[in-house]
Amino acid sequence: MNLINLILIPAIPLAVFLVLGIFSHKIKPAVSGVVGVAGLATSTLLSFYTAWQYFFVLGKLDGVYQTFVEKITWMQFTESLHIDMGVLIDPISVMMLIVVSTISLMVHIYSRGYMKGDDGYTRFFAYLSLFTFSMYGLVLATNLFQIYIFWELVGVSSFLLIGYYYTKTSAIAAAKKAFIVTRFADFGFLIGIFIIGFYTNTFDFQTLNDPQGPAILTWASSSFMGLSVITWALILIFMGGAGKSAMFPLHIWLPDAMEGPTPVSALIHAATMVVAGVYLVARLFPMFYMVEDGFALNIVAYVGAFSALFAAIIAITQTDIKRVLAFSTMSQLGYMMMSLGVSGFDGHEGVGYMASMFHLFTHAMFKALLFLGAGSVIHAVHSNYLKDMGGLRKYMPVTNITFLIAALAIAGVPPLAGFWSKDEILVAAYENSQFLYGIGVFVAGLTAFYMFRIYFGIFWGKETNYKHAPHESPFSMTLPLMILAILSIGAGFIPFSEFVTADKAGFATHINLELAAIAIVAGLLGIVLAWIFYKKENDLAFRFSNAFGRFYTWTSHKFYFDEIYLFIARRIFFQSVAAPIAKFDKKIVDGTMEGIGNQTVVVSRKIKGMQSGKVQDYAFGFIGGVVILALVFIYIWTN
Amino acid sequence: MELNSFLLMRHEILLFSIILLLLIAELFLPRNKKSSMIHLALVFFGIHTAVGFLPLAEGSLFGGMFRSNEMIHFFKGVLNIGVFTLLLQSAQWLEKNMLKQDRGTEFFLLLFASLLGMYFMISAGDFLMFYIGLELSTLPVAALAAFEIMKRESGEAAVKFILSAALASGVSLFGISMLYATNGSIYFEDIMSTLTATNLTLLGFILFFAGLAFKISLVPFHFWTADVYQGAPISIASYLSVISKGAAAFILMILLFTVLKPLMHVWEPLLYILALATMFTGNLFALRQQNMKRFLAYSSIAQAGFILLGLVTGTQLGTATVVYFVTIYIFSNLAAFGVVQAISSQTGKENMKDYEGLYRTNPKLSLVMMLALFSLAGIPPVAGFFGKFFLFTAAASKGYYLLVFLAVVNVTISLYYYLLVIRAMFLRKGENPIPFFKSKIYMKLGLFIAVMGMLALGLYSPLYDYIYELSAAFN
Repeated sequence: MNLINLILIPAIPLAVFLVLGIFSHKIKPAVSGVVGVAGLATSTLLSFYTAWQYFFVLGKLDGVYQTFVEKITWMQFTESLHIDMGVLIDPISVMMLIVVSTISLMVHIYSRGYMKGDDGYTRFFAYLSLFTFSMYGLVLATNLFQIYIFWELVGVSSFLLIGYYYTKTSAIAAAKKAFIVTRFADFGFLIGIFIIGFYTNTFDFQTLNDPQGPAILTWASSSFMGLSVITWALILIFMGGAGKSAMFPLHIWLPDAMEGPTPVSALIHAATMVVAGVYLVARLFPMFYMVEDGFALNIVAYVGAFSALFAAIIAITQTDIKRVLAFSTMSQLGYMMMSLGVSGFDGHEGVGYMASMFHLFTHAMFKALLFLGAGSVIHAVHSNYLKDMGGLRKYMPVTNITFLIAALAIAGVPPLAGFWSKDEILVAAYENSQFLYGIGVFVAGLTAFYMFRIYFGIFWGKETNYKHAPHESPFSMTLPLMILAILSIGAGFIPFSEFVTADKAGFATHINLELAAIAIVAGLLGIVLAWIFYKKENDLAFRFSNAFGRFYTWTSHKFYFDEIYLFIARRIFFQSVAAPIAKFDKKIVDGTMEGIGNQTVVVSRKIKGMQSGKVQDYAFGFIGGVVILALVFIYIWTN
Repeated sequence: MELNSFLLMRHEILLFSIILLLLIAELFLPRNKKSSMIHLALVFFGIHTAVGFLPLAEGSLFGGMFRSNEMIHFFKGVLNIGVFTLLLQSAQWLEKNMLKQDRGTEFFLLLFASLLGMYFMISAGDFLMFYIGLELSTLPVAALAAFEIMKRESGEAAVKFILSAALASGVSLFGISMLYATNGSIYFEDIMSTLTATNLTLLGFILFFAGLAFKISLVPFHFWTADVYQGAPISIASYLSVISKGAAAFILMILLFTVLKPLMHVWEPLLYILALATMFTGNLFALRQQNMKRFLAYSSIAQAGFILLGLVTGTQLGTATVVYFVTIYIFSNLAAFGVVQAISSQTGKENMKDYEGLYRTNPKLSLVMMLALFSLAGIPPVAGFFGKFFLFTAAASKGYYLLVFLAVVNVTISLYYYLLVIRAMFLRKGENPIPFFKSKIYMKLGLFIAVMGMLALGLYSPLYDYIYELSAAFN
């Protein structure tokens, strides 16, 4: 492995970010776009070169793909515990390099058209580069601490990009919400890291994942509340992953995050950052699998399955097309988590792991395509809502075809990419648990249904009276659509199980015809239902939703989850938890200065006399302090 | 005693010579050339700082009154860099003042005299030397606080400071005399062997402790801080919060871990309580401040609480992390005060509201400020994060889980108000933002050193390893 290449991959976007950030006032928008795209194209080439070298030149040694690590000790904390910085190359990190590079490059190209004329054009490209750099760093991390640092950086760049339209109140609120919810989850992650560091004396992935290493070999030696401490740490780490990957119940930030520019949604909230949680679990998979017989892994499976179902149901009722896609993302991420959760380790046992990574790969392609397609539509009609769309196929032929391809791919229609990966997930679920398999098939049907609901709603159905006739987007926007469409068709044919498996050895897969048939039928059923409901203008859908009555209302309000959180936050949390902390949080939730103003006014009014500006009072406080301390420590504490 | 052994006092002798040289130089400089004193002082002090890093032997002088070892030597070097950076940042403001008031050399004389006091305080081997150092480091600062004599606030700050300081040192001296009464010696080494926790020694210890707590501005000895920072010139506020506090924290650590070790069962809970009180008070007051100097005053009170967190442990890890944290704190605060200084000496504006939209007009200054605040707040990967992280780990390794938890709560609160400033600079448009200006070369250099210090401490791990090695001397 060429170390220089590997370091250049993240270094180039970082350099671009610094240049664009520092000289943002002096660079012309046209130049900054070109610099951004050129920088990323170089990184992409290097990523592909790395992948080619890793998989085909170096290949397997003794039938197993090797792991390459280059690192330096950054902080020697105690004699045994140290924090390293470095790069780690193994099948999943190489795969993620490809995903991040490809999608990011497409989004960069697309943004040149989409953001044209925007005031903060240069700022936008600077943030995109910052994000890409952080994501590369996350993917290549060699240890828990390094991944945590980049994890936070990714969070920061996501915060900046969601709040990109900072004059919009809703965008600022959404950015804060995303930041706070994921920060809350990361708190768990950090505690998990501390526990691991304390009990195993290492942060290093390879040592942790080593079956003979301190984590896996001695997990049973210390326990807390009936579970191994290491299991607790893994659950806490998964909490961080669940926050980033919008797993139930930490999903509430993702729909709101759609306030950001659409290319950002495609890059961060569909294809790359949100899969970081899945990647984290995959990165620690041997630990998840071997510690306490995979207790933590079971939690991953059920949280994933529930999120997949929960989000798919909500997606049916949303009217904002970006929110439909957001819930769809959450649902598909749930799929990946479930697949990891049911996976075994060796050979074909590890089909769940392979399927999860495979789905991560294909999903990135077609979900980015869906978002960019939606962006193209929003660009044309200047609205996010289904009611403002309809009949657009005549005006936007390229967007129409590419969106259809992506919709077919996510619905699992063969031979498109989604079919292959989804099929493997269902095989893995079937072999592990009939129950999870049932959920999987049901979600597959729902996915096809809601996706074609919006497809028909946007491109078919009755035409809205457009103020100006919509037109196809410029070439810089349709080019990425076409490339991604080709990838959405072709990505499924990659023999993924040869390259990316839990034991790194690879195995041959074959389609289980029965299971495949069931999945296809479920998908087609969803499409047909959507066709009956939404293709032509009729009131079937309306009557149907009326029949569901209250359930429909609940669903369209996302099961009132935001309201529940607000209720918990406002009523229960604030009234019973200590006042200063409570007030502090309140203002975060409210997103206003009000809470904090009130809070400190109360506190400072109470202690106002202490900061009066009079020296006599200060002297009194000083002497009083001495006297009290003396009394306490001479007469109370020591005796 | 050989002449050679006087070289142990190299820092002190050099600095004293500089003071004399500057005094003489002033006599010969023509009136209209007074501002060239700034260049002269900078050159002298720059040389002094550089020379300070040459290796120095360990040992003691005057029968143990004065001592030096590698850690002390290292910390004097850090203080030198701090003061040098501070001088660079103050140059522009000072020049303006010199032209206006036709004076200014005393700024250097007083500042260096105070620094000399700090040297003696850090190197003290007995309470007498310690007390002289304490006084020498405090009194000139009171005069410096009144430096802008035409400003009412400046005078007020000076009066408040001198009164509070006099009270503190009086109380401290009273405590020292009690310690002498019970132990029959003022030498640290003697006291260490005879010290037992009787009521009188405990009272003496607490009175003595109050004097140092005043310098570090621990609650409830912190009241002067905000008023003095706000009224005094920024350079002096910066000096008080960076150099003075850093040196006092360092000497407190030395005393607690050596002389006062027999009282550990008392000072552990004492520091525990004061750490919490200081963090919460500093943070809660900082939330609502509008004036940047006041804001940084409360922020620096809160940071002092974190320092105590490391002192509580009393282990080698504790020593290393405290020195590391204090060093990081010095550079971070220098950067923050430097930006405030740059803006104030250019425009006279000191309120948070004036910073709105700063990023659009002065992006580089905003970035420096952002880095400094990130470091103070402890956001990775800036140095401050490691400082706090190590402190917490040191405290947790001694089993102070509750304290660490409450400290984490405080970090969260502080994150909020540090982000307020960042929001004002980056996200707000501002009706009337500060126009673009170019800083003088000295200011640029001053900010550069502070930023480099912050980055180097975080990114270049041998520095921490070095401090860790040095810390072995105290445990």
